[in-house]
Amino acid sequence: MPGDAAELVFDEATKQYAGRSNAAVDHLSLTVPAGEICVLVGPSGGGKTTALKLVNRLIELTSGDIRIDGTSVRDQDVVQLRRGIGYVIQQVGLFPHMTVEANIGTVPRLYDRSKEWIRNRSRELLELVGLDSSYARRYPAQLSGGERQRVGLARALAADPPLMLMDEPFGPIDPIVRARLQDEFLRLQREVRKTVVFVTHDMDEAIKVGDRIAILRRGGRLAQYDTPAAILEQPADAFVADFVGADRALKALALHTLAELELRPAADGPRVPRSTTLRDALALTIEEHADTIAVTDEDGRVLGSLTKDDLLR
Amino acid sequence: MSFLVGAGPVIPNFGKGSACERSNGWFCTDWLHAHWGDTLQPALVQHLWLSAVAVGIGFAIAFVLALVGFRRRPFDAGIGALADFLYTIPSLALFQLLVPFTGLTVTTVEIALVSYTLLVLYRNMVEGLRGVPADVLEAARGMGMTRAQTFRRVELPLALPAILAGLRIATVSTISVATVAAFVIPKGLGEPIFIALDQNLFKTEILAAGGLAVALALAADGLLVLGQRAATPWSRA
Repeated sequence: MPGDAAELVFDEATKQYAGRSNAAVDHLSLTVPAGEICVLVGPSGGGKTTALKLVNRLIELTSGDIRIDGTSVRDQDVVQLRRGIGYVIQQVGLFPHMTVEANIGTVPRLYDRSKEWIRNRSRELLELVGLDSSYARRYPAQLSGGERQRVGLARALAADPPLMLMDEPFGPIDPIVRARLQDEFLRLQREVRKTVVFVTHDMDEAIKVGDRIAILRRGGRLAQYDTPAAILEQPADAFVADFVGADRALKALALHTLAELELRPAADGPRVPRSTTLRDALALTIEEHADTIAVTDEDGRVLGSLTKDDLLR
Repeated sequence: MSFLVGAGPVIPNFGKGSACERSNGWFCTDWLHAHWGDTLQPALVQHLWLSAVAVGIGFAIAFVLALVGFRRRPFDAGIGALADFLYTIPSLALFQLLVPFTGLTVTTVEIALVSYTLLVLYRNMVEGLRGVPADVLEAARGMGMTRAQTFRRVELPLALPAILAGLRIATVSTISVATVAAFVIPKGLGEPIFIALDQNLFKTEILAAGGLAVALALAADGLLVLGQRAATPWSRA
């Protein structure tokens, strides 16, 4: 079975459907370094999902190439290729007639792993995605939407694939559960360090989740590929600036925490832990009508203070 | 001997037994006791066999047809129309049509019974297979299942509730239609009913044989329900 993380390269990857004037994905070239999360974001019709499916060949390339650790997807047996890539989709697609354990064991079973092995692996993965091992015997119909997404993620990780494709994995979930799933996904990613291609239409999610963001415009052309901070601070053109939103300065604040700033001497004000983002801290000063906040460490000891202007600089 | 004329011709099943039998009462338990072994039980066993063979063969044929029709729409339309057509032929007419070719034989009966099972079995199989959600199929494909693995591990098990629902309907209706087989061969629960119809409508025999046919249908349906529950524990989750 696979393992580790792989580098993913799109090399002039193009998908042109017969009879259409515009390409779905147009000469897309970008490199996702091993172990990083690349978010594909853009308006509908931007070819995000098409680009994703070109990787596991649910859609075949018209021209150009896609390489995983240097090997072209075209040169691999399609079934073997897919077994080596974790795949998570918006509707999850759990098998309703299989228990959670059997669902998680899908790909290992294709690799002829023993029942024993699959049982142990599914317990391990349930724990990793934050579910009790008693979930192993349940059927998908007995799970909530958020729980299904977690099982879907566990299933995609079961064979330890070096590459994960995630197509709006937290799409239909309510905002609170969604934020928690995002946090847990990031925690999990710090543990497993997979190369991930993550499709979303939500810029906030892209900023939160992505190590790098690829913004696609209509016709499947790459508008900008960069880190979240670079995209927010230096959008490549009017389309990107517009897509990122008028509040991009605010969004940029969410990328930094108080711990990154130089503190003034201790002063009075609402107490805020240093792990807070600048955006949340600013919101607090507005809510509390405070000009100064007291920054604390994780144990609540005051380390120093910051003014509202410090946050905005 | 005027009372003999009034009683009609002497016949084996009734007319010379208890008072209940002589007066053709609604239900004579003594007749039931006397003729269970020589009439009802053999008819019940034959009926069970006729029905089971018909449903078994019908299921096998429908399954093969469904494998073709499920992926290829044009075939589906053709097979469906043929099964529809077979289903609409009245059973007596179908027997009449078949007798010149296959004679007064079990084969004639089975061909007719099988024809009637095809429509409901085929339609349920195809609907069940087509009813598998698109996201489930995409997940199966995306995880690297071959087409055969997808069919065996995903599509077929998910179609099972619909397939078994079809099997239940086919079984019950076959057990019911199989009584008409007695027009062609002296077998099954239709046979004692025909004899009793011939004999001044001997009520006990009609009710007993008819009742057995109903009981057989209910029992078969009940067993299939139990089988369905055991085979698809997830559908109650």
